[in-house]
Amino acid sequence: MRSSRDGPQGRLKIYLGASPGVGKTFAMLEAAREARRAGRDVVVGLVETHGRAETATLLEDLEVLPRRSVRHGGVALEEFDLDAALARRPDLLLLDELAHTNAPGSRHTWRWQDALELRAAGVDVLTTLNIQHVASLRDVVAGITGVTVQETVPDAVLDRADALELVDLSVEVLEQRLREGKVYLPERAERALQHFFRRGNLVALRQLALRQTASRLTSAPTTGSIPAAVAGERVLVAVGDGPDAVNLVRAGWQLAEALGGACLAVHVELVSGAPLSRETQAALELAASLGATVRRATGEEVAAVLARLAHQERITRIVLHAARPSRWRRDSVAAQLSRRGCPVVIEPRRDAGHHEHPSRPRPAVPRGAVLRAVLWVVGAATAAFALRSVLSTADVAMLFIVATAVAGAHPHPAAGITAAVLSILCFDFVFVPPFYTFAVSDVRYVLTFAVMLGAGIAVSRLTSRLQRASEAASTRARETTALLNVARDLAAATTPEDAAAATATHLRGVTHREVSVLLPMVATGLPPLDDVDARDHAAAAWAWQHGEPSGAGTATLPATPTSWRPLRAGGRTVALLGLRDPLPAATADGERFVAGVGEQAAGAIARLELERQRRRDEVAIEAERLRSTLLSSFSHDLRTPLASVHGAATTLLREAERLPTPVREELLRSIADESDRMSRLVTGLLDLSRLEAGPLDLQHEWQSIEELFALVRLRVEASHPDLRVEVNVPAELPLIRGDGLLLEQVFLNLLENAALHAGNAAEVRVAIRVQAPWLEVRVHDNGPGVPAEDLERIFEKFQRGSTATSRGSGLGLAICRAVVHAHGGQISAHNRASGGFEVRIALPLPADPPPPVPMEEP
Amino acid sequence: MSTPLTVVLIEDERGVRRFLSAAFGAQDVVLVEAETAKMGLAQVASHHPDVVLLDLGLPDGDGIEVVRAIREWSDVPIIILSARGRETDKVAALNAGADDYLTKPFGIEELLARMRTVLRRSQRTAASPLLTLGPLQLDLVGRVVRRHGTEVHLTPTEFRLLALLAQHVGKVVTHRQLLKAVWGLHTDEHVHYLRVYAAQLRQKLEDDPSRPRWIITEPGVGYRLREE
Repeated sequence: MRSSRDGPQGRLKIYLGASPGVGKTFAMLEAAREARRAGRDVVVGLVETHGRAETATLLEDLEVLPRRSVRHGGVALEEFDLDAALARRPDLLLLDELAHTNAPGSRHTWRWQDALELRAAGVDVLTTLNIQHVASLRDVVAGITGVTVQETVPDAVLDRADALELVDLSVEVLEQRLREGKVYLPERAERALQHFFRRGNLVALRQLALRQTASRLTSAPTTGSIPAAVAGERVLVAVGDGPDAVNLVRAGWQLAEALGGACLAVHVELVSGAPLSRETQAALELAASLGATVRRATGEEVAAVLARLAHQERITRIVLHAARPSRWRRDSVAAQLSRRGCPVVIEPRRDAGHHEHPSRPRPAVPRGAVLRAVLWVVGAATAAFALRSVLSTADVAMLFIVATAVAGAHPHPAAGITAAVLSILCFDFVFVPPFYTFAVSDVRYVLTFAVMLGAGIAVSRLTSRLQRASEAASTRARETTALLNVARDLAAATTPEDAAAATATHLRGVTHREVSVLLPMVATGLPPLDDVDARDHAAAAWAWQHGEPSGAGTATLPATPTSWRPLRAGGRTVALLGLRDPLPAATADGERFVAGVGEQAAGAIARLELERQRRRDEVAIEAERLRSTLLSSFSHDLRTPLASVHGAATTLLREAERLPTPVREELLRSIADESDRMSRLVTGLLDLSRLEAGPLDLQHEWQSIEELFALVRLRVEASHPDLRVEVNVPAELPLIRGDGLLLEQVFLNLLENAALHAGNAAEVRVAIRVQAPWLEVRVHDNGPGVPAEDLERIFEKFQRGSTATSRGSGLGLAICRAVVHAHGGQISAHNRASGGFEVRIALPLPADPPPPVPMEEP
Repeated sequence: MSTPLTVVLIEDERGVRRFLSAAFGAQDVVLVEAETAKMGLAQVASHHPDVVLLDLGLPDGDGIEVVRAIREWSDVPIIILSARGRETDKVAALNAGADDYLTKPFGIEELLARMRTVLRRSQRTAASPLLTLGPLQLDLVGRVVRRHGTEVHLTPTEFRLLALLAQHVGKVVTHRQLLKAVWGLHTDEHVHYLRVYAAQLRQKLEDDPSRPRWIITEPGVGYRLREE
């Protein structure tokens, strides 16, 4: 468990005492006052004075957080206000009685969770704890005092504490304090001294506390679960089904602790997905809360599974219960493990004799199967009776054995046993001498009976095992198929949203529950909580913030209707998975499936998010690159004519009278020419930026390409008298829809380009034709063409052909491309095989021709 | 221009005002300058100018509104000075009654030519029935068109279109104005009518229809019949 929040963690210090009254709260308050004197920001989150005057005095001038009032079942309870503490966010916070159970409706079930959340938020926490509340010592304490403590703190919390301070008081002094009424009010004190605070109890508890503290001094603090590389002892607890499973977990954990090693709790299921007994569930939960790693494994042979796991996990000891006295099992699991060379530690059962069977819900006796068994036997008996003259007794026995075997082919043993017993009775009564009595004259028939019974039971057990195996196989196959389908859909997803939707769909299909997968929104970085049930807000937000499960079925905000689990990848939460009405915790199968899908989804979402981010970055980089090239080219192209204009103008201002007339005229002409050049450049850029802003600005009118070319040709011929332009137009040229001004610009640029590059006496040919669904325009010249490497970049901004003079703006073809694209057309540049440069433009013909023009008599 | 002309220039850019005042100073033109739409309207009302030069991008109002306001009480020729990329505004101003436009930047020669055109037209008493453009002779009253002395047969629609352009000779007539006057249409949706009839007119009137000299296309705006 680690917080998803960045920033330094706070420190958690636990004042541990052997019993109430040793002065833990006092010690904690003194430390707090010390810290405040040192200038730290200290707040009392919650401290119980229990009416003790000296404690109250210490509390006097400390800032105390107001408590939160909770009404539960008509009773007003006062609780620690976690949200207020997080909002206040002091340096150091005091939180008494770590083992306290919060009132229902609080965010966390236990106060130690509040403490961990505060610590994760960067707050130093001081807290107190009595030794009897340590989870792994509960049995021991119960053994000493006869009192079973309900509120416990997982050992993992103690392990994760940054400091553990034992507040020790000799038994005599404690007794003295009790008598003086410093612990309880005098009338209760006397009773306490006779019960819980008996001297024997106090001594034992003190020893326990001393030992606990000492053992934690020697072992380095772990982070809760098994550290990845622990050299040394690794204890595997084979969790069984009985009510004693919890005790086995405690015993295994204590052994691991004593050895300074890690602990792994394993439950082996014969059938994947079989419901766990309540006891097993409790044992596994305890193991998890103690900080053990919890595994569920599936397999036919318990011993084989355990041996394999022991090998894989480098287990040094396997702790398991002594075998129950078994009626037909030849070999105990412990014995099998020993034979396989596994080191086995056998714990005695405490419930031996109390419980024959685990409280796993047994299937009901199948009435139909029993009835069929009876019919089979009756049938066999009838047949045997009818054929008794031809059949020997041995044949009759065979008949019954067959009937028993057939009837026994049912997973429930009742059918087989019924058939066997009924067969024996019929056989004995009718066919075994003396006939028509249940007496047996020949002892050998007892063997026959045994075979019948054995056949019935054996077939039944075999059938049962087969069926369970096939069920397990089909469950696994279903699960695998489902996981494969999820993987396939996740691989096909192109956005995190797709992946989230696919995940939700698959989980909905398999769990038959309302499933939501929430992705963080771009604007806030938070999941869209507005879309979820209002009762779910707090739990979802908490799960998102802390990267840990919350809501129904967890210890955090368990009253929420939905179970929220963060989907994590690469150390961060990428999405939230909400499962309405969570699965019954006992189905390992569903749980494993959900976890598997969650893991896959998290990976896919993280991958797709990264991809999206990368694409965004690429676009941004490309845009930035373009912008900077544009800017540098543009400033260069603008500065050159500006320099001429400015130079000429200032010269004229200063020297007008002294300059000879021709020089003056030349300067003036240069101003006119250069400003004209600038004007064309700026006009071009304006056109381009207008086009790049989007085609919304386009005027879509019916245009005649022929008319536009006629116009452009006149203009070009006026400015380039030597240029010869030939335009070939078919007789019936359809109109197209477009922006006349921009299309005119395209054709003008193409013709001027040709004039510029192909030299003065160039010939330009324009061929226009219909190539449905395009209108094709080809403009080619008889110039030298363009170097092949330039053809690629020729439509980029500020790309001038290597043969171009400085007069070109480098924008002409870029504008052409932008205009043609804005009209949904295509443009390309080529060197003609027969020489010369050619630009081809294809403009889309309109889907519908213009409405007919009213015609009249010529 | 022999008699001094009065020109009101409504333009907020100082550079343009300075350049025009220098240019007109040499041309015997009285230039009245106005920086805002409001001032401009006041100057037009008090000076009764021969020509109004109007910039469309004024700080205190829409140039098109200025055109409408002037047109409520005056027929004074209005020439729009506009930047490229504001074709829609330009067409709107022409439709509102402006006479012509010039795209910035423009040279003084261009401006003087446009001014001459609008002045000639405003000085022409009524629409003169006879118009000669190079080889073309148009008799709008007699409904006769000759090219190189030979009568050209025009359909009624062709003639209506040509007559409209001739009435505004030298000046651009917008698509909307043409469609409304010739076909009675009120939308720009039927610009293709104009494309078709302009092509037909060119076939009949131009020496080289692929190099039209007289019927000039103004892309995105309209058509103009060129003066000699």
